[in-house]
Amino acid sequence: MREILLAVKNTKMVKSKRVILDVPLLELRHGEVLSLMGHNGAGKSTLLKILALLQVPTQGNVYFKGEEVSNSNVLKFRRQMAAVLQEPLLLDTTVYKNAAVGLQLRKVDRKEVNKRVMHWLERLGVEHLAKYSVRNLSGGEAQRVSLARALVLEPQVIFLDEPFSALDTPTRESLLAELRDILYEQSMTAVFVTHDYREIPQLANRVVELSQGKILHQGTPEKVLKYKLNKVV
Amino acid sequence: MGELQMEWILQGIRDAILMLLHGDKEVLRITLLTLKVSCTATLISIFIGIPIGYILAFHDFFGRKLIVSMVNLGMGFPPTVVGLWVYILIARNGPLGGLELIYTPTAIIIAQAVIASPIVMGFSVAAFQQINSKMKTQILSLGASPIQLMLLLVREARLGLFAAVMAGFGGVISEVGASMMVGGNIKGDTRVLTTAMVMEVNKGNPEVAIALSVILLALAYLVVVVLTINQQRGRSIQ
Repeated sequence: MREILLAVKNTKMVKSKRVILDVPLLELRHGEVLSLMGHNGAGKSTLLKILALLQVPTQGNVYFKGEEVSNSNVLKFRRQMAAVLQEPLLLDTTVYKNAAVGLQLRKVDRKEVNKRVMHWLERLGVEHLAKYSVRNLSGGEAQRVSLARALVLEPQVIFLDEPFSALDTPTRESLLAELRDILYEQSMTAVFVTHDYREIPQLANRVVELSQGKILHQGTPEKVLKYKLNKVV
Repeated sequence: MGELQMEWILQGIRDAILMLLHGDKEVLRITLLTLKVSCTATLISIFIGIPIGYILAFHDFFGRKLIVSMVNLGMGFPPTVVGLWVYILIARNGPLGGLELIYTPTAIIIAQAVIASPIVMGFSVAAFQQINSKMKTQILSLGASPIQLMLLLVREARLGLFAAVMAGFGGVISEVGASMMVGGNIKGDTRVLTTAMVMEVNKGNPEVAIALSVILLALAYLVVVVLTINQQRGRSIQ
């Protein structure tokens, strides 16, 4: 069994005196593609943000490669991760500069930045837009740039919070297929939030279903989806 | 408008051009002092207003809304009131009297910075709050340190922040009450364009005041054009 990359223990998130997330233990192993599923308000995005070190839980700890995450080391660990959110949230500049920003924040050498940015823009089919402002991009193009911006970082783990939910079906399916190829080519660890059960078998090799902030089921996509189908029947 | 007033305006514009063409030393000195004082005060207000505006826009803490409402109140402070309070503080018998700042260009800079800071701060809060609230999370996810996060958000809010700076500069270059009160309109020392204009009107020289007002407008416009070019860089209307 591969070693644990990321774990949350005894994690609780309280908002307005209401417990919105209560996860006693969740572990993510190297190379795993974990899908978080559940209805609106189930706590998927909150759990993703806690795992991505973008939100501090009210209670509990997060461990990265066995080391407890604290204020003093959070930036070091966050720089080994990347996230793609539901909206592309691109900076008001060119496509190239957007894709390069994470590497520049890490003070990576300019030649290396250029090599990696052009590689990923090309891989995602938006290299011809490199010099253009992001203001004129379509939804699909913007999300491709957002994916490139995360992938250039060559992260240990990538977090995807319903990244394609706002796109039309053909664009969503095409991006989903590309993402699946990339994740498996790179053996990249990923956490993927989705509403759409059809997306799960395409990407994930483990599923965690959340309901009212608690883990309801977890296991292989086949097992969890079969359980859900039986429940529906 | 009567013929006399029209004549004053035309004469004033002619005089303003002549003063600048002939390099009238007193006018040049007053103009340069005005530029120096107002630009320095605006610069100070940027260093105070933008970081505090950033904190007020992105950090939730007890009393935040109260502070924002105080800042908004400060945006409309009458310069004369600010001038009076700064005068009380730095007057010879005031708490900071030992610093001997009264009737110096530094006193005018302090008063103008107090006027401009809430203006820059208030507009900055609005500019930062216009950014998508999830942008902060997205930038953090890219591996930004707290300082890098602030710089990137400043860059994202630049359109509104330039407007904040222009409003702050406009507020101080046009004020007269505070400069008169703490500067004293001393010839060769603390006389700026606005205080000189008031003096010329009081002396019965409206055409000189009009000439100075033309210079003031040209000066303000020059600074605003530079800021606007930077603000609008790379923007086109679709």
